[in-house]
Amino acid sequence: MSSKILTEPRIEDPDDFYARLIAIHEGLNSEESQQLNSKLILLMANHIGDREVLDEALDIARNVQP
Amino acid sequence: MRYVRQIYPFNRPAELDSEERTHVPVIIVGAGPIGMAMAVDLASHGIRSIILDDDNKVSIGSRAICWSKRALEVMDRLGCGERMLDKGVTWNLGKVFFGERKEPIYGFNMLEEKGQQFPGFINLQQYYVEEYLIEAIEKQDLTDIRWESEVIAVQQSNNGATVSVSTPAGHYELDCDYVIAADGSRSPVRKMLGFEFDGETFQDHFLIADIRMKAEFPTERWFWFDPSFNRGQSALLHKQPDDVWRLDFQLGWDIDREAELKPESVSKRIRAMLGEELEFDFEWVSIYTFQCRQMERFVHDRIIFVGDAAHLVSPFGARGANSGLQDVDNLGWKLALILNGKAPASLLQSYNDERVSAARENILNSTRATDFITPKSEFSRIFRDAALELARDFEFARRFVNSGRLSVACIHHDSKLNVADLDVFNCKLVPGSPSIDAPVKVNGSQSWFLKLIGQQFTGVYFAKDGETTLQGATALLQDSIPVKTIVISNTSETETSVVEDHKGLLQQRLDAQVGSYYLFRPDQHLVARWRKFDPHAVREAVLHATMQPASGDSA
Ligand SMILES: Cc1cc2nc3c(=O)[nH]c(=O)nc-3n(C[C@H](O)[C@H](O)[C@H](O)COP(=O)(O)OP(=O)(O)OC[C@H]3O[C@@H](n4cnc5c(N)ncnc54)[C@H](O)[C@@H]3O)c2cc1C
Repeated sequence: MSSKILTEPRIEDPDDFYARLIAIHEGLNSEESQQLNSKLILLMANHIGDREVLDEALDIARNVQP
Repeated sequence: MRYVRQIYPFNRPAELDSEERTHVPVIIVGAGPIGMAMAVDLASHGIRSIILDDDNKVSIGSRAICWSKRALEVMDRLGCGERMLDKGVTWNLGKVFFGERKEPIYGFNMLEEKGQQFPGFINLQQYYVEEYLIEAIEKQDLTDIRWESEVIAVQQSNNGATVSVSTPAGHYELDCDYVIAADGSRSPVRKMLGFEFDGETFQDHFLIADIRMKAEFPTERWFWFDPSFNRGQSALLHKQPDDVWRLDFQLGWDIDREAELKPESVSKRIRAMLGEELEFDFEWVSIYTFQCRQMERFVHDRIIFVGDAAHLVSPFGARGANSGLQDVDNLGWKLALILNGKAPASLLQSYNDERVSAARENILNSTRATDFITPKSEFSRIFRDAALELARDFEFARRFVNSGRLSVACIHHDSKLNVADLDVFNCKLVPGSPSIDAPVKVNGSQSWFLKLIGQQFTGVYFAKDGETTLQGATALLQDSIPVKTIVISNTSETETSVVEDHKGLLQQRLDAQVGSYYLFRPDQHLVARWRKFDPHAVREAVLHATMQPASGDSA
């Protein structure tokens, strides 16, 4: 089955994005960090919107072969 | 005004003093809202029944308060819809609160499409609804309701069933063709017959307090997640008639039930929620554990389960009584056709299929709401709070917030009784859905579309200008299962039996064109529709919707 999720590199300057991703968690405890991550996931999921893509992402993250 | 509960007396039945055995077509076990609505529905189809109830009064405390549009439409067919609407509190607005903040994080409007007789929801105490049903039962003589009559045994045979009844004056037995078990979530009938009731009990308690107070709160459903007055838990405020308010406090799993039920401790909670100065009286206080369960099958030959006996949901979403009334709507006409020898007993299979899948849908919704309100893990609580935080600012996140997905009419998408479309229609209505309402004029006076269809198979024909009758329609009325025809016209001639779609809303909602013809079941669900009227196709559709072989097949 062909997958719909885009997994080739797409983010310009990945080092910089990664650094920001880590930096926004600075000073937060584990619960606060989880809270922030949850918000991020919800925001990004809504931006993607496409259920097929989202389902594939969920499966990959959980290590299920799509 | 304080509500006074009436006692319905036990009357000594003739069976106790006679050797002769009584046989009735249907025995209904349980005079809850569902059992009583069932009897009224059967009577509307000319079917006699006896209702047996072990108690002598209506529901103690209100229990159900939110009645959905579809439930009101069903109750209207049974003659109680307008009373419920008149007495009930109509509401459309909800507000969601989260954490310390005094202001709601957002509000929502459930306003349904305008131009329908009934609103999305009304609030009304369950005991009023039960009283209206008792009156509807007393108005006709096909239903014999017997109080303080406990069913202690049920026995099936090949062609019927026998029910043993225990009363203050002794035991007796009754014979019938079918038993309808409407004996509630603990269903003794279900237990007697050894049927499973699978599902889950949520590890949580809810304190329900109905109080009487003069308050200026608006007629809105207010729901709190994790409020300062009930940390880590949820709460609800909702208005009922007679200045009664429903308060609902989530308590958690480890509680001291006795202590929580003490008036002092309930008062303390209420004052923390609504203000120290508040003056109020208690109407009813109770603690619940919520469950989601259903039987695998609702039809077991001669024994048919309806309402809470067949399926149980948590109250978030108000899907209990509202879905039970849809069971009634679905079963009444089918059982009547079977008892009158006009349809095979296999038609009951469609009651089973349609309502088992409806119950699954209700349980899915109710379970999801319960899981959102009471997250099962630390992790899911964090996600929930994240959704609530975002909901203040973003519409998309509000869609995740789930304090109960309120009951909507069930669509039987996969029902075997549906006839697949051959012509193209572009509207929300599909075969298997109940019709949407619309304002119409009948002989010049205002009415509603849903008042015209249902009770029997009904064809709806959209006429050409000036056309007031449909050729071939009269013959359909003479069939073994008659189809009555409603001719919809846009001309306002006051011809007899002309129905005018004066606002054009019906045509829009059904995506009708001149010549379109729709066939509705007696429960107002759509069977089939065509762009052109063909009496032969209508007859075949009626046969199909009553599980009978196509006319060509019968040799
Ligand atoms: C707190 C709470 C809030 C709710 N809110 C809502 C809501 O807002 N909207 C909604 O739609 N639903 C709501 N519900 C659910 C609703 O109350 C039930 O779905 C409804 O009462 C079910 O009706 P019933 O007739 O199937 O069963 P019941 O009302 O339980 O009636 C069963 C009857 O059978 C009788 N009986 C039992 N055993 C026997 C026997 N052996 N012989 C003879 N008779 C017997 C009982 O005495 C009783 O009268 C709520 C429930 C609760 C607890």
